[in-house]
Amino acid sequence: MRKNRPWLYVLFWILISFLTLFPIYWLFVISVKPAVDLFSTPDILLKNIYWQNYIDVLNDRTLRGYMVNSLVISSGNALLCTTLGFLACYALSRFDMGGKESIFFWTITNRMAPPAVFLLPLFLLMTQVYKVGDFTLLDTRIGMILVYCTFNLPFAIWTLRPTVDGIPKELDEAAYVDGASAWKVITEVVFPLARPGLAVTLILTWVFAWNEYLLAATLTNFNARTLTTGLSEYVTTTGTEWGIMAAISVFTLIPALIVFGMVQKHIVAGLTFGAVKG
Amino acid sequence: MHSNKLGWLLLAPTLLVLFFFGVLPFIYVVYVSFHQWNPFAVNPDMVFNWAENYRRVVFDTQFLASLGVTAAFVFFAVISELILGYLLAQAFMKDFPGKAIFRTIHTLPLIMAPIIVGSIWKLMTTPSIGIIPNLLDSWFGYDLNIGQSAIAAFITTVVMDIWHWTPLVTLTLIAALVSLPPDPFEQAQIDGANKRQIFWHITLPMIRPAILATVFIRLMDALRTVDEVLMLTGGGPGSATRYVGVHIFKEVFPRTNYGYGSAISVIVLYLTIVVCWLLYVGLIAPRNKKG
Repeated sequence: MRKNRPWLYVLFWILISFLTLFPIYWLFVISVKPAVDLFSTPDILLKNIYWQNYIDVLNDRTLRGYMVNSLVISSGNALLCTTLGFLACYALSRFDMGGKESIFFWTITNRMAPPAVFLLPLFLLMTQVYKVGDFTLLDTRIGMILVYCTFNLPFAIWTLRPTVDGIPKELDEAAYVDGASAWKVITEVVFPLARPGLAVTLILTWVFAWNEYLLAATLTNFNARTLTTGLSEYVTTTGTEWGIMAAISVFTLIPALIVFGMVQKHIVAGLTFGAVKG
Repeated sequence: MHSNKLGWLLLAPTLLVLFFFGVLPFIYVVYVSFHQWNPFAVNPDMVFNWAENYRRVVFDTQFLASLGVTAAFVFFAVISELILGYLLAQAFMKDFPGKAIFRTIHTLPLIMAPIIVGSIWKLMTTPSIGIIPNLLDSWFGYDLNIGQSAIAAFITTVVMDIWHWTPLVTLTLIAALVSLPPDPFEQAQIDGANKRQIFWHITLPMIRPAILATVFIRLMDALRTVDEVLMLTGGGPGSATRYVGVHIFKEVFPRTNYGYGSAISVIVLYLTIVVCWLLYVGLIAPRNKKG
């Protein structure tokens, strides 16, 4: 038992890492090949890199619009959820409201429901009920920002609660004694201390919103369509353009990879409702 | 301290958003599910028809078939992820160089969008451009075609899910294994227990809560798998991989038979709650009572 051979484990984990990374590498390989080369025997190594697929994606006005939508919707949603979640956590942490623990638990049930079940109800409400004159929330960015709250707002509340609970109440009380208003206490005492937790929440909610597909596919038609839906559209209409499809996938993947390093330690806790500290 | 009014005021926006986009949709969908309603049919009005929609759902063979394949998918995916995840977690417990890097690489799939995972596996497995059918063909002479073979498509979706989610199981079990106290293991070794005995009588009981929590989370997630399967197989060939979410998205939603679609949504939500509750009562609650 004591005499284990570390190199054996290194070898084993190199193999596992290869299995993890190879599909991602393959996506890149397909994205930098011209269409004519795809159907010859697949080469694992790249001989030359062909950027045209990426240029085509960037030159496509529709796809550029989808990228902007994705950016606006996920940033708007992440900001909204983090702000509302922070205020809600402050309320849950500092006030002695009746039934607040039930409310806290209730919020997560919103996240447990399968999104497919939400499709029809949200579609019906957004077309039939939530409308002012001719304006409906369907196919609008603000509509999608609000819809994504159903899964991101409970998440924000659940990840921020320990952060806010961990900030000593005595600090607020001291500030109140000094005559500060509640708003001042929240923005100038609690907020600076909660900043690291808020940053993680902001990033993870942003990624979840950016990655979302199902609701975007059913609740948008054109104006608010996101990059993930663009990807699936591309496959069904022009299924043979694999290079373009791979390039769109890479574009969709990049933001998640960029923030990956910052939130790596929090991903597992985030995906298990805090049941496991990663 | 301030009055609770301020607390409710701070909580109000959250409650409002969740009410209008989380709760009200379901009250509304239950209401619609008791009506005959298809705005594009000859009679576009909403007509109350008791439980007719529910009666049809219960006898809808397509829907029942999708429940069946969903159950098979969830079963095979979660079992494989659990076993693999445990073995990988154990392989992580020894000391070896580069641990942090390997762990980082292993976490990577977890942040990827399901639809991108589907897209990647489509590029890996599509005949003529994918590397996997090519290798299988040249090594074993096996012709992998997920567009034609139902079983190949099913297995590919399971493998894709394993690739995407095993890391979650590994990392949660690593967290559980790291937190175990060393004493019982040392004692067992002194008492001359072999590896298998140690596993069954010490390790397994001690990490049981972590395993159950992981199974619970993975099951709930696997039940709602849609995006990646939609991308990889589109639910095909035939209805081989048309899992329940895919069924709603591809068959129910586009049909504009809102009453019927509402009934299916309500039933799927109800089944999810039942599964969730059964898991909780059957697996997690009894352990807590004893512990």
